[in-house]
Amino acid sequence: MLGIVGTVPDRQFPLIHGKTRWADGHIRINDRSISVNRGTPALLGAALKASECINGPEIYAFLVGDVGRGDGSRKLYRFLEQHLPNFDFQVLTFHYLQPDVDWHNKVLFAIETMRRRPILIADAGFMYAAKMSGQACSYDFFTPDVGELAFLADEQAPHPFYTRGFILHQNNKVTDLIRLAYRHRNAAAHLLVKGKLDYIVHENQVVETVDHPSFPAMEAIGGTGDSLTGLLTVLCGAGFKLTDAAVSAAKANRRTGRYVDLNPATQVSELIDKIPQALSSLLYND
Amino acid sequence: MIGFLKKKKRKHNQEDQGVSADHGILVFENTSDVIQAENILKKQGWPVRVMGPPPEIQTGCDLVIDFPLIEELNILRELRCADISPLQVVPVTAHLLVPVDLFETKDFGTYLMVRAANMKITIAKEGLKIVNISGGGCPDVPYLAQEMVGKSLAEAPRPREIGHTLCGYALELAYEELLRKC
Repeated sequence: MLGIVGTVPDRQFPLIHGKTRWADGHIRINDRSISVNRGTPALLGAALKASECINGPEIYAFLVGDVGRGDGSRKLYRFLEQHLPNFDFQVLTFHYLQPDVDWHNKVLFAIETMRRRPILIADAGFMYAAKMSGQACSYDFFTPDVGELAFLADEQAPHPFYTRGFILHQNNKVTDLIRLAYRHRNAAAHLLVKGKLDYIVHENQVVETVDHPSFPAMEAIGGTGDSLTGLLTVLCGAGFKLTDAAVSAAKANRRTGRYVDLNPATQVSELIDKIPQALSSLLYND
Repeated sequence: MIGFLKKKKRKHNQEDQGVSADHGILVFENTSDVIQAENILKKQGWPVRVMGPPPEIQTGCDLVIDFPLIEELNILRELRCADISPLQVVPVTAHLLVPVDLFETKDFGTYLMVRAANMKITIAKEGLKIVNISGGGCPDVPYLAQEMVGKSLAEAPRPREIGHTLCGYALELAYEELLRKC
């Protein structure tokens, strides 16, 4: 089973956890339906579509409402600290959570006491906290975009908002940023750097790059990074070698653009619907 | 595991000195402003502390307010309501850091995208409707997108009004840049 941890942009949404499934175009968890728009529901939706396509593992989610005040995230952190050791996951992916170093460390300690250590993926706010904590090397994957990679490369920045300009100016030299991130021990064992060119990195070595198919409009579409992390989660849990999982996730995520009339106003839910086609064409036809 | 403990040790040392990597400081012109700000923020339940400023701070009085950096937008809003403005807001590190001030604009023909720091906002040129918001990692990003996408720039709530984090603040900067361009 795969675990996904994140937030829902609804203050009233309670802390819930359970197995997830598709039902009538929504994610179903316990007695609740969640729209697949953006954020963690987009990641979850992509993961469910991908897992269904390859007959992959079940997906268990830990969700809470949080609109940025951090109250929901802290509630979820507290729950995870207490209960994670009772769970068993092949892969555990952390997503939109309020970055909080102290809570991050408590959750990481809880993971250390799980029966088996899952493959750990950190994206979005939890990746920020993982970097700030100095524990980046405890993770198997970070999934930054190029701007977030610059943040990882800047050993002083506590948030991408404070990445120093001289590092941001290296935007076109992704390999330099990768090197800096590893030099300062701010990178996970693997990186999947999302951008015009996707970089798959293992321990400071670029293993592969993916640039095809290319749809410039995808940069504007909120949630395409979330869907990529969802694909990565499932492929890691399906037994792919980790770098292969990242390469296939990057390719499949791009391919979803082939099946819609893609433009900057396209919504990520339209792309997530096409994941089965994109993944099937990649895994079974190529 | 040894690396983990070393990092923990470093963090504890930072805490001993009263600073943490995810904290920031508010610098005010005078002490009465600091105290007034502290009263207001503590009354509202914010976990703030009055501290001595680091040597790098050359402006303001000899007290600063230490606060969780991620709450910057909320705390500034709270103070603005009380008509108090800090001179500076800076993250606590060995050196002073400044917010990203680079904007990138991408023209997609009928759409225009502006990026500020890690946040991007895209509008349709005709009607100025917000069609997408992307980037960022804090939990208000999906919320901001939910509240803003599909509305025109004039109708949509501003990120500074409903955002809560540094990602929200970055989106406000991108939004302001779009207003300048449209």
